[in-house]
Amino acid sequence: MKCTTEGIAGFGCDPWWLIGGKALVIFVFLVLTVLLSMWVERRVIGRMQLRIGPNRCGPFGLLQGLADGVKLALKEDIVPAGVDKVVFWLAPVVSAVPAFISFIIIPFGPTVSIFGHQTQLQGTDLPVAVLLVLAMSSMGIYGIVLAGWSSMSPYSLLGGLRSSAQMISYEIAMSLSFVAVFMFAGSMSTSQIVAGQQHIWYGVLLLPSFLIYIITMMGESNRIPFDLPEGEGELVGGFHTEYSSLKFAMFFLAEYINLATLSALATTLFLGGWHAPPPITTIWAGANSGWWPVLWFLIKIWAFIFFFIWLRGSLPRVRYDQLMKLGWKVLMPISLGWILLVATIRTASREGLNQTQLLIYGGITIAVVLVGSFAWDLVATSGRQVDPYAEPERATAAEPAQGGFPVPPLDLPHYHGVLPETAARKEVSSGTH
Amino acid sequence: MTTLDVVFVLLGVVAVGAAVLVVTTRQLVHAALWLVVSFGALAGGYLMLTAEFVAWVQVLIYVGAVVVLLLFGIMLTRAPIGRSADLDSGNRWAALAVALATAGVLVTVLVRGFRTAYAPLDVAGQGAAKPLGESVFRIWVLPFEVLSVLLLAALVGAIVLSRREI
Repeated sequence: MKCTTEGIAGFGCDPWWLIGGKALVIFVFLVLTVLLSMWVERRVIGRMQLRIGPNRCGPFGLLQGLADGVKLALKEDIVPAGVDKVVFWLAPVVSAVPAFISFIIIPFGPTVSIFGHQTQLQGTDLPVAVLLVLAMSSMGIYGIVLAGWSSMSPYSLLGGLRSSAQMISYEIAMSLSFVAVFMFAGSMSTSQIVAGQQHIWYGVLLLPSFLIYIITMMGESNRIPFDLPEGEGELVGGFHTEYSSLKFAMFFLAEYINLATLSALATTLFLGGWHAPPPITTIWAGANSGWWPVLWFLIKIWAFIFFFIWLRGSLPRVRYDQLMKLGWKVLMPISLGWILLVATIRTASREGLNQTQLLIYGGITIAVVLVGSFAWDLVATSGRQVDPYAEPERATAAEPAQGGFPVPPLDLPHYHGVLPETAARKEVSSGTH
Repeated sequence: MTTLDVVFVLLGVVAVGAAVLVVTTRQLVHAALWLVVSFGALAGGYLMLTAEFVAWVQVLIYVGAVVVLLLFGIMLTRAPIGRSADLDSGNRWAALAVALATAGVLVTVLVRGFRTAYAPLDVAGQGAAKPLGESVFRIWVLPFEVLSVLLLAALVGAIVLSRREI
């Protein structure tokens, strides 16, 4: 194959030390981002809640993440009785590994010279790079589901089930929000998508897609306002209730890496990737060359991470039925309609039709259909609306946790079939502790 | 045989071996996990044939959605940890015969249909979405539409089965 430095074909031509170096740099970057974003999160949340936050370890408490990591590694590794040991061990690994892999296709910058070698600042690129990220995030679901199942605990199982349903639902809407970007970029490779945003960011051009992505991004990351899989008020810790020590650390790592990956993907697909923000490029022509783009990229990523933290500080948790309704009945239909609209306009402008006229008539039709469907939905459902706050009728005598919190009994008939003796004997009755 | 051939054959062995384990394992959830391994090896096989789009869609849909939903269904109903005694069926020899017959039909069709239709693997960009989309929506558009009607029928059937007040 002929070696070039531009385009997708250029990625196969790096010398071995450069490929290894890139992988190492991405790994170190991710670990550092996790440590730093943990600290930033706790400090910012502290500020928002009128506290100080961690400030004891090192300057400004910067080494807090490191201290927590060492603490986690030195803790006792507890394996509960009756768990499926192989799967119990496999789950954190399956959770962490795909999180690392998806960052390999994120472009950090344009072509630069490293030790006299021209290369692009990106681990590698594929013609279908964005699909790789989606595939890896759906692999990550396995970590959560298997952790929930193998822990032999109802809290974990419920957390795992909630999480798998939530992530699959939101992943569909997320993939749909990418489709408009693919249509405009004419490619699924991240470097070409970034190159397509030289003049205008897709986040501006395709604002509805961007907004849908932001909402689904929250759903995918299992964070507030969609952190039901580990809602600590209901499920202790959700799927990782039974995990401790390094295994728990791996879940933690995976969660924060996913945060960074989702932010990086949003930057790449909607905020112009490593391109400098608009006012800078007009006054400084060199902003998009050399190593400067890495700075713009990092600024954008951290703006997203701050946004995540900000939302965590300001929003309450949604109810599970609200979450599912939002995902399936709002985000998906709107995405599909928006894709149809974008495709129609693209085709019409390519065929040379009058674009403004088309936009006006198309907009009016879609508005009428949308308003009509929502009105119909209101009329049809208003008669049989169930009040979610109504006290459900419950048989108080048969309730396993009378007067206490609604603790799921360990011997639920549909749960894990028959319990082994060891696990059943150690059950702690609820309400007395 | 080149290295690529060896890797391809190994992936095939993994896919078939995992598929056998799916039906022979005594642990219900492990069967679903072996199915993941089998689908993953199949995706690896697609990658070796430079069909990148198909490979990642295979991971995304089969590994990431179908088996996760399968696990979801198992866990909502009954997902025992450890071995289950009642996973064997008396029909296993009939099932084996049907499986072998199906495999025979599929292999024969493939071999007779594509006997000499070799495609070069070193063409850049042939595994991307564009060539695939062109061939699906231009040459093979009728089978594609028939398949979507089949899926629609399955969807309607599922709704009819699960709702009473229709």
